[in-house]
Amino acid sequence: MEAQTFTARVATPTTRLVGAMALVSMAWVVIGGLFVTPRDVDQGDAVRIMYVHVPTAWVAYLAFIVTAVASACWLLSRKHSMGFDRVAGASAEVGVVFMAMTLLSGSLWGRITWGSYWAWDPRLTTTAFLLVTYIGYLAVRGLGGSLEQRARRSAVIALLAVLEIPLVHFSVLMWRSLHQKASVLSGDGDIKMDGSMLTTLLVGVIGFTLTFTWLVLHRQRVLAMQDAMQMTQLDAALRERANESENKSVIESSRLK
Amino acid sequence: MSIVVDLRDAVVVFNGFPALAEASIEVQRGEIVLLQGPNGAGKTTLLRACAGLLPIVRGEASVLGVDLCVDRQSVRPRVGLLGHANGLFADLTIRENVLFWAQMVGASEAEVVSTLQRFGIDGRLAEQKVMQLSAGQKRRCALACLVVRRAELWLLDEPHAGLDASARDEIDAIIREACAAGATVLIASHELERARGLATRSVSVIAGRVVS
Amino acid sequence: MSTQLSLGRIARAVAAKDLRIELRSRVVINQIFPFAGLVMVMFAFALDNDDVLTRVAGGLVWLATLFSLIIIIQRSFAVDSADGALEAQRVAGLNPAGIFVGKALAVMVQLVTLEIMLFFAAVVLYRVELHSDGAVLLVTCVISATAGLSFVGTLYGGLTAGARGRETLLPLLMLPVVAPVLIGATRATESAFMSGGAAVSDGWPWVGVLVVFAAVFGLGGILSFGSLIEE
Repeated sequence: MEAQTFTARVATPTTRLVGAMALVSMAWVVIGGLFVTPRDVDQGDAVRIMYVHVPTAWVAYLAFIVTAVASACWLLSRKHSMGFDRVAGASAEVGVVFMAMTLLSGSLWGRITWGSYWAWDPRLTTTAFLLVTYIGYLAVRGLGGSLEQRARRSAVIALLAVLEIPLVHFSVLMWRSLHQKASVLSGDGDIKMDGSMLTTLLVGVIGFTLTFTWLVLHRQRVLAMQDAMQMTQLDAALRERANESENKSVIESSRLK
Repeated sequence: MSIVVDLRDAVVVFNGFPALAEASIEVQRGEIVLLQGPNGAGKTTLLRACAGLLPIVRGEASVLGVDLCVDRQSVRPRVGLLGHANGLFADLTIRENVLFWAQMVGASEAEVVSTLQRFGIDGRLAEQKVMQLSAGQKRRCALACLVVRRAELWLLDEPHAGLDASARDEIDAIIREACAAGATVLIASHELERARGLATRSVSVIAGRVVS
Repeated sequence: MSTQLSLGRIARAVAAKDLRIELRSRVVINQIFPFAGLVMVMFAFALDNDDVLTRVAGGLVWLATLFSLIIIIQRSFAVDSADGALEAQRVAGLNPAGIFVGKALAVMVQLVTLEIMLFFAAVVLYRVELHSDGAVLLVTCVISATAGLSFVGTLYGGLTAGARGRETLLPLLMLPVVAPVLIGATRATESAFMSGGAAVSDGWPWVGVLVVFAAVFGLGGILSFGSLIEE
């Protein structure tokens, strides 16, 4: 039997372009964030965390929206195309990483400006719950079973998460508003943004979004190749079993006689 | 005669392995078909696929006139699968177990009582918790559940395993009776001598294929 | 030939079956109730301050309920999975929504019984005073919170039943989801207890949250339980 070789190539001109643009904009953010933009009057250099924190938060939320939309598309589409499921999975994986980065950069920033790593602020709390929820989602994707069942189960879980998040957010919001205002937030000095800061932040959002797009495109293609490889392996396994079955039935029939 | 099970080149994948590899089989109503073959040949997978539990990856499959490639749900109420587990609630009595399934299909209590009588698990025995029963009594109770559910196609995976000779005879009698009442039966068994006497036809399952 | 029964009849039969099994085996009564009581005592050890205990009694009751919920759900599905009965129900094509509602109802009955015991323990151990003004609020809160907890528990219990690592996966999936119930039920209970000077009327918006939560996950479970328990 001839050996089957795969050329694993997930890059296309489009992803190369996206990747190049992501690199350029990230370089811009690094230079702009660290050197061009001014220090903040109150926060000093700590304000530079913003150029990472805000874009990662944006990307994480974007990723979970993509997961939810792709899951809904899978459930609603008549063909149940596996492409939707792969995009949902890839996006959630990237989203979890970015959300962890958001929480990490946020708590470091909080430590410097508020004096504490954590505040029971509705937005923070919801974000933390979001992270755990999507870690759970990824665990559900790993439960096994057929591809179709994985897709159906995880799509349902993704949509339940969409229901859950507003409930969590709303109840935390109500919880905090009925109690004292989080004291660390009361000294919430608005950062005065000048032109270079705003531009850098905007480029950061664009750069991180491009990075996200690049990652998801590649990841879902790798997933597609994994699925395709399963099918090719299935062909090989079927041929093997066919041979096995012929050999064995000859033996069996001779044994019976 | 109508065709109850019709598989054509059906492929079923289990953990990435083609447990059924282009298997084809046709079963007519009222037949008792014995599936024989070594362990791992795909007998259990064949039964579970017929019950609509496993997706058909390639090929065609229809059971009781339902195309399993399109709809694996609607065939289920008409099929009874008895696997290695009996599917009974250990803390409930025989009567309560059978009654549970009777309620699910709207069968009457009288039907339950008569079924228990025919299966020899009535009277005081019927009030015993399942966990206190012998293997043969449990198996009879599980088959009684299939009867009150009015399963049209019985898929039995090693129904004789772990039973003594007299219990096996009782199981055989139940299967014959069900068949006489119009059910179609597929049995996977290692008890070839016994099962051949019971079956109307036997086929071999070898490496995921059905060989007559 | 066999007719599909209405959701209600299947739910009733499933709930009756689960409760009968529980009454026979008494695992919840003999093991989970003492466990929950023990948790209440442990809280007292950890907090070690009578005033604080009285102040946070509502939260501790609901926290103990959440811990017990995890094992009640695991027990509820272990009974079905032990001899392949859950698979038998799936193979038989029973309306999954009926199984969902039935199992959730049985869990609800067990949880309410547990909560009554826990409130009693709070009165004895934490010196909580029950006020007649807060009685209606407390009862409404218990019913709506318990419904929400049972629906979420049954939903994720069904998903993880039979899965590898289900013991650890269930809390990971379930606890973030029930956070609103913990917050809402705790605040409403504190209002009913009037702990820390809370007014009874403050509790009602929280009951609203609990009712919405129960409705969302009850409906979600009815619609999706079939897809979740399929293998």
